[in-house]
Amino acid sequence: MIRPGKMIAEVLASIFKKPATNLYPAEKLDMPKKFRGKLIFHPDRCIGCKLCMKDCPSGAITINKIGDKQFEAVVDLGRCIYCAQCVYSCLKKALETTDNVELAQLDSNKLKVSLNENSNNSVDKPAE
Amino acid sequence: MHDSHDFKIPVGPQHPALKEPESFSLALKGEKIMGVDIRLGYNHRGIEKACEERSYIQDVYLIERICGICSHAHSTCFVQAVEEIAGLAVPRRALYIRTLVAELERIHSHLLWLGVAGHEIGFDTLLMYAWRDREIVMDILALLTGNRVNYGINTIGGVRRDIDADEIQQILKAMDTLEERTKYYIEVVTEETTIIERLAGVGVLSHDDALRLDAVGPTARASEVKRDVRSDDPYAAYGEIPFNVITDNHNDVYGRTVVRVKELMEAYQIIRFALKNLPEGPIEVKAPRKIPAGEAVSRYEAPRGENVHYVKANGTENPERVKVRAPTLANVQAVKHMLKDRFLADMSIVVAAIDPCFSCTDRLISIKNLDNADTKIINWEEIHSYGIKWYAERGVDFSDLNKRFAERMGNR
Repeated sequence: MIRPGKMIAEVLASIFKKPATNLYPAEKLDMPKKFRGKLIFHPDRCIGCKLCMKDCPSGAITINKIGDKQFEAVVDLGRCIYCAQCVYSCLKKALETTDNVELAQLDSNKLKVSLNENSNNSVDKPAE
Repeated sequence: MHDSHDFKIPVGPQHPALKEPESFSLALKGEKIMGVDIRLGYNHRGIEKACEERSYIQDVYLIERICGICSHAHSTCFVQAVEEIAGLAVPRRALYIRTLVAELERIHSHLLWLGVAGHEIGFDTLLMYAWRDREIVMDILALLTGNRVNYGINTIGGVRRDIDADEIQQILKAMDTLEERTKYYIEVVTEETTIIERLAGVGVLSHDDALRLDAVGPTARASEVKRDVRSDDPYAAYGEIPFNVITDNHNDVYGRTVVRVKELMEAYQIIRFALKNLPEGPIEVKAPRKIPAGEAVSRYEAPRGENVHYVKANGTENPERVKVRAPTLANVQAVKHMLKDRFLADMSIVVAAIDPCFSCTDRLISIKNLDNADTKIINWEEIHSYGIKWYAERGVDFSDLNKRFAERMGNR
């Protein structure tokens, strides 16, 4: 039937429903399993082939040699586009993605992080 | 009083009615639009040039970021061209997953458009509900690919992420909910008087004009032009999936709305078919880093229309040339025609009805001013030094620009 106010019933019914939005940050959503968040690095697996550096579309990751067969991964979180190509390029599975998304910082220098510091914990806390 | 055009109204480059920078200069007589001058070039990002300086695998992510809505359209179109040059046989399972993501993207794009169209005609209730339901498909995309936008599912030679039985169940469940909601929207669009009255007869593009102006996508299909790359030149898995090309004979914005909501119903059927007939096997073939010399053109039916990519390879790790033609560029000429002799108040909905994506379509334009004697053609080196000089006069030092750029990109 052609008439105005077609959506009124829907609107009225919605009054009694709970909101469709979430009260972030009080209420946090679960990230999907395949989510690509902040990287974690396993220094023991890295062989320093630098394929991740070569393939990174934004030049965000740098692998530095810090000793004999010892490597450090430095990521600029501000440059990273979270495509996880480095994870796919890595032959030794030295890089992994996490569901950590809360990476905001007030100081842009703090965005450049060495992944070795947190290599044991999967998710590190953002700066307070 | 003036006897010709009374006045000119510039709409854009920055204007509340437009979501992206684009200039429409409307010549008005009273409320009537006598002529439209459309000018592109306000959001040119130089992506085609940037592609030439990156490797193929980096380009997939760069190309994906041409558009935030049809990101899968651009990346698939690009990888199809590269795969054709390299002669890669993409596994069937990968093609089905690409098709699946493509249709999910179409659903999200069309629901987004329905909301935007509602907003442009002052029917914000439709905007709120359409976008609420769009969250269902966004969650499914995040589940399937890992992200709500810029899915990153494509790679040269296949897809990066497989789907499992649990995910298939979740997608099917979401499709049932969305189908039910879409039936409701079809009912709203075809029965709500305010929508019909506001959209019918607005932005008319006749069948002949649609053909003449080379309109693409839902804009053309609403003028009964049965043009759809998915059926005309099947890519991915579309050759194996039965579906109908939706057309409409209203020729106006109302017809475009009907085409889009009906295409949603087709998308659910395509997704169900693809999930039911998902072939087993690998999802990726190994692609060489160096793509052999050659060139290819790839076509893809994006939610907004036909998307064309051209890639030329020269045997190195980087492409020699990448060319992108987003669907909005094909439709923008039609907008000019649709606005002529219509009212100023119709402008925002007529522009919104082609589902424009100005940043995707934007390109460097040169304006030839034949009256100006100072017009001259300068080469790349000259424009480079001109740019440095222009900024130096304003106190910005860019003389070491190339060096700084090399440092920023690291020693790759």
